[in-house]
Amino acid sequence: MKIGVLALQGAVAEHIRSIELAGGEGVAVKRTEQLEEIDGLIIPGGESTTIGKLMRKYGFIEAVRGYAAAGKPVFGTCAGLIVLAERLTGDEEPHLQLMDMTVARNAFGRQRESFETDLPVKGIESPLRAVFIRAPLITEVGPDVEVLSVYKDEIVTARQGHLLAASYHPELTDDYRLHGLFIDMAREAAGQGQR
Amino acid sequence: METGTSRVKRGMAEMQKGGVIMDVMNAEQAKVAEAAGATAVMALERVPSDIRAAGGVARMADPTIVEEVMKVVSIPVMAKARIGHYVEAKVLESLGVDYIDESEVLTPADDVFHISKGDFTVPFVCGAKDLGEALRRIQEGASMLRTKGEPGTGNIVEAVRHMRLISGQIRKVQNLAKDELYHEAKTLGVPYELLLGVHETGRLPVVNFAAGGIATPSDAALMMHLGSDGVFVGSGIFKSDSPEKFARAIVEATTHYEDYELIARVSKNLGTPMKGIEISKLDLSQRMQDRGI
Repeated sequence: MKIGVLALQGAVAEHIRSIELAGGEGVAVKRTEQLEEIDGLIIPGGESTTIGKLMRKYGFIEAVRGYAAAGKPVFGTCAGLIVLAERLTGDEEPHLQLMDMTVARNAFGRQRESFETDLPVKGIESPLRAVFIRAPLITEVGPDVEVLSVYKDEIVTARQGHLLAASYHPELTDDYRLHGLFIDMAREAAGQGQR
Repeated sequence: METGTSRVKRGMAEMQKGGVIMDVMNAEQAKVAEAAGATAVMALERVPSDIRAAGGVARMADPTIVEEVMKVVSIPVMAKARIGHYVEAKVLESLGVDYIDESEVLTPADDVFHISKGDFTVPFVCGAKDLGEALRRIQEGASMLRTKGEPGTGNIVEAVRHMRLISGQIRKVQNLAKDELYHEAKTLGVPYELLLGVHETGRLPVVNFAAGGIATPSDAALMMHLGSDGVFVGSGIFKSDSPEKFARAIVEATTHYEDYELIARVSKNLGTPMKGIEISKLDLSQRMQDRGI
């Protein structure tokens, strides 16, 4: 499976590395035409305000909406989760509005409150090491969204059909099981069944 | 649950990659920077070119400025402490800044020892002009590096020199035989284990940005072309004719540093960049890059 990582800003190389560890092929996506060549798209961690602005400027908002509407899987981590959300708390303008959820940015506080922890995730056998950096939280989800994990009663991993979102950074560890799950989603979408 | 781990501190810098971090002196400038797509802002009392012009001792900014900036933007806020000034750094940490720059732009407080950065929960960025400095700062606990360049000059030549030197030294270390590494560690004045890591991976263990002298979109793109993970722009934005335009153009040129047509487009009608200084005209005592060892 060929998985693209949106490469406008943020931790692109780390996601490509995790995808390759999980047995996929990772490519950096800088232009909308590249969406045609990939089986799944990752929107990485970075600064969501920067990524959102650059997506608007280069036509990625419409292009990724079309990509997801065609049933292609999209995975957002941290800033990427913010970009996927239908609603943001406060007066911030949402970006892709693909996933039926409300997201609060910087919900854990500033950098000094950033942390890592072991996190159980539904569908993954043992807990993942999850790195939360100025991380967002999902404060509310719609009926079609499945909650895959909670941390201290707050939703931090969720799936809505072919869309996956995590408030932490699976790409910063050597544990690539969440990327494996996403590759499986891409394979399903491409009609090739599970590994 | 653990805070302040090296993964959390270095990871924060990874999230800045491909981005532009802009110096700002007040809330209004911080908003301009955020609106232009900056990935973080550096809250300062004076930008480097003004520090140069003012002379005297340059210190940590007034906490009021830092707090004011933190209040108006949602992107991370960085602030500078003097080299070796543990207390300034602790004060900035207590304010809740997201990153501390132990910076040669300010007048050093200690001419031998840098801050022991591993003791802090907040991560640090430090300047380096060669591999030795880079690895010494990492050993002290820096989670992010940047070239020193020559701040406040609007002249890119020193940042280019530092980036090329570090890349060249990394390539050399990669090609050394294992038994030559110990001697090289001694020559560079760095811990053997860190050098071994560079030998094995061919890269630094933390993100390395360009800083010091970036004044135009093409300057930013040049530094990315040379292997920078992102750029800091100090005086280059708010000392230019039209800060908003310069800020937006530098963000775009950093993202698409290999798209020359795009860089040409965003470079049109920007107005005058900050006035530059020829480095050879600088008195030796005015060179900020020689501060810190």
